[in-house]
Amino acid sequence: MISFIAQRIAKAIVVLLALVVLNFFLIRMAPGDPALVMAGEAGAGDQVFLAQLREKFGLDQPLPMQLFLYVKGILSLDLGFSFRQQMPVATLILQRLPATLLLTGTAFAISLAFGILFGALAARFAGTWADTAITVAALIFYATPLFWVALMAILLFSVTVDWLPSFGYETVGANYTGLAHVLDVAAHLILPATTIGLFFMATYARMTRASMLEVNRLDFVKTARAKGLSDTVIQRRHVLRNALLPVVTLAGLQAGTLVGGAVLTETVFAWPGIGRLMYEALLQRDYNLLLGVFVVCSAMVLAFNLITDLVYRSVDPRIEFAS
Amino acid sequence: MSFAALCMLSTAAAAEGPKAGGVVNAVIQPEPPSLMMGLVQNGPTQMVAGNIYEGLLRYSPKLDPLPGLAESWTVSEDGKIYTFKLVKGVTWHDGKPFTSADVLFSIDFLKQTHARARGNLVQLDKVEAPDESTIVFTLKQPFGPFIGIFEVGSLPMIPKHIYEGTDFKTNPANNTPVGTGPFMFKEWQKGSFIRLVKNPNYHVKGKPNIDEIYWHVIPDAAARSVAYETGKVDVLPGGSVENFDVPRLSKLKNTCVTGAGWEFFSPHSWLWLNNRSGPTANKKFRQALMFAIDRNMAKDVVWNGLGKVATGPSGSAIKYYTGAVPKYDYDPAKAKALLKEAGYNGEKVRMLPLPYGETWQRWAEMVRQNLQDVGINVEMIATDVPGWNQKVSEWDYDVAFTYLYQYGDPALGVGRNYVSSQIAKGSPFNNVEGYSNPEIDKLFADGAVAFPDAAREEIYAKAQKILVEDVPVAWMLELQFPTITRCSVKNLVTTGIGVNDGFRDAWIEK
Repeated sequence: MISFIAQRIAKAIVVLLALVVLNFFLIRMAPGDPALVMAGEAGAGDQVFLAQLREKFGLDQPLPMQLFLYVKGILSLDLGFSFRQQMPVATLILQRLPATLLLTGTAFAISLAFGILFGALAARFAGTWADTAITVAALIFYATPLFWVALMAILLFSVTVDWLPSFGYETVGANYTGLAHVLDVAAHLILPATTIGLFFMATYARMTRASMLEVNRLDFVKTARAKGLSDTVIQRRHVLRNALLPVVTLAGLQAGTLVGGAVLTETVFAWPGIGRLMYEALLQRDYNLLLGVFVVCSAMVLAFNLITDLVYRSVDPRIEFAS
Repeated sequence: MSFAALCMLSTAAAAEGPKAGGVVNAVIQPEPPSLMMGLVQNGPTQMVAGNIYEGLLRYSPKLDPLPGLAESWTVSEDGKIYTFKLVKGVTWHDGKPFTSADVLFSIDFLKQTHARARGNLVQLDKVEAPDESTIVFTLKQPFGPFIGIFEVGSLPMIPKHIYEGTDFKTNPANNTPVGTGPFMFKEWQKGSFIRLVKNPNYHVKGKPNIDEIYWHVIPDAAARSVAYETGKVDVLPGGSVENFDVPRLSKLKNTCVTGAGWEFFSPHSWLWLNNRSGPTANKKFRQALMFAIDRNMAKDVVWNGLGKVATGPSGSAIKYYTGAVPKYDYDPAKAKALLKEAGYNGEKVRMLPLPYGETWQRWAEMVRQNLQDVGINVEMIATDVPGWNQKVSEWDYDVAFTYLYQYGDPALGVGRNYVSSQIAKGSPFNNVEGYSNPEIDKLFADGAVAFPDAAREEIYAKAQKILVEDVPVAWMLELQFPTITRCSVKNLVTTGIGVNDGFRDAWIEK
């Protein structure tokens, strides 16, 4: 198993480097550069100003040289400097990463737990009104754009009934500590996490339902019934466990998008996460910062793929590690 | 009047006077990249850092100079020597005294880092500090707008003791700005908020009144409206919310709206017309555009009646404005006739909207409709901000939306768009349209240094007439970005630069 993990990590590093090079060129193919953006925001900028900025950003160097310097930095685990924000990229990302992980992690947990629960219920009561209700709800949440759900949630819970805060990570200026702080953050977390969660929950519910109905028809389930096991035990131990494999695959894929995938939600709820950082870096052509976020996201995706493979094995011991 | 009545009067007056204390929550959009005003001149940077830094002068809504870090000033009779007396006893936020040496240093600093300051100081021959609290500027020749270049965004004072001998751009102090202003930098949670606190040693006694300011970073325009509606923020500076939300928010209880505080900047919007090639190179075609566009309707529908239809290159709030110029009222029939005269044959016209949100998008759609109505073949090109910057800087467009600040004087914010020395590829803030007219070049060159003011007035009136006749760009509106506040926030906008002048005089009614 250890050699399996080592091999996978080695491969991941090669993939990551390839991604860095690819991203480097992709970003620079977009028109405009950070110097122009900053001049634009300042409402003025003569040639001297632009030249100074370009020199500062390192844009006066030939492209291969810029790439060489960047890759050299990455290899020594240095993500570079964001000249726009006057801070090392790693610092900026580390500041934002916890908020994103909290948001998407919570959303992931909510969606997985409730998705599987509702999916299992729908399968168990297939064809009844409960099944129809769950299926229709899942379809609606799957099809509705995230930002619209977010805005409606704000309209209902913040503006109309005023139960939950509409933006931010915590109550600014309140200086809560201890439990009060945890509760404060939790209150801010509910709307954005549920917004993201609903979308994924819908997919998990649909997937679990379909997969369970499929497994229900298999011979070993008939055998279990013939043995006289109770229906609840059959559903939980025999059907659900086997039906979960495709759900794990899907969850593994989605876990990879957890870091970069919350741009819209973070924007609408002013959540100080990495998705927004990435989006702003893109609009400002803050190359180093944008590449840094890409590197971190890619590393996360690769890590989650590895974890998914490991989880597979524990869900289904028949799967073995290829040597 | 009896003694008792007098007493009552004075109590009433006292009850209405400024009160100390309180916290203001304001919106800042987008998040500034840095608060070091000498290095970064973004709008949001100026808005927040205008509380931290100060300039030598401030400006009234009529753009008359007011004391700032300089308590008085004199101008020599020939208009060449400006002598400033600095306020005594001013200290930086770290306790070090502010002196004339800091002013000298700031001038050097800004010449290196501040594009606009560099331009404003071209006529400067030398600057000297005969003593700790006196500064003498000597100009090569009289420069009319010189008295107008000292506001905090144009010439902020930079602490010499922190920056001297360092690499300005990488100085770690850039992240903890130190100024002389009414508020001090306290905390910045990137992506969430910036916190400023009262400067207890501020040089204007009894000010500021407010204890703390939180600037909230909320990236979504709808979410900013909601933040105000739900009472989480009290101040929405101009441009914080989409224009179509303004009427709704204005009707909320305890809400005050003002369009004041933009006199110095006078944001002036127009369409860059490519004077070099394509149909827009033809003067008749450009005039046709002016007649084809219904600017009154754009003002009423897109901008909810805010702002003013522009009559020419100068906004009506800035110096030497004249309305006595040729008029272009909405007249599609005239536009069609002019197009025919111009020999327009249906060539494609590439139009770039300004990618600054919904309001601008809608405006572009409206103008496209106007142009199509008179038979112009418009192709709308979608870009993001960096893409827009690049296309405009490289002159790769036919018609492009924009708006620029005018900085109170035609020599500072108007001439740069029309004189041929300002034609330079690679920057979107000069003579992008490529208009070149020796007569205009001469008028703006003379206007900047003519003396006294009456001579300038005459020159600029002439320049405005010629430009309006030539239509190098299609002037649209004098924009107005309303500041929306709770009515309990008093005295916020008092000068010609509005919220950017900081919260020094503001107070909260309890």
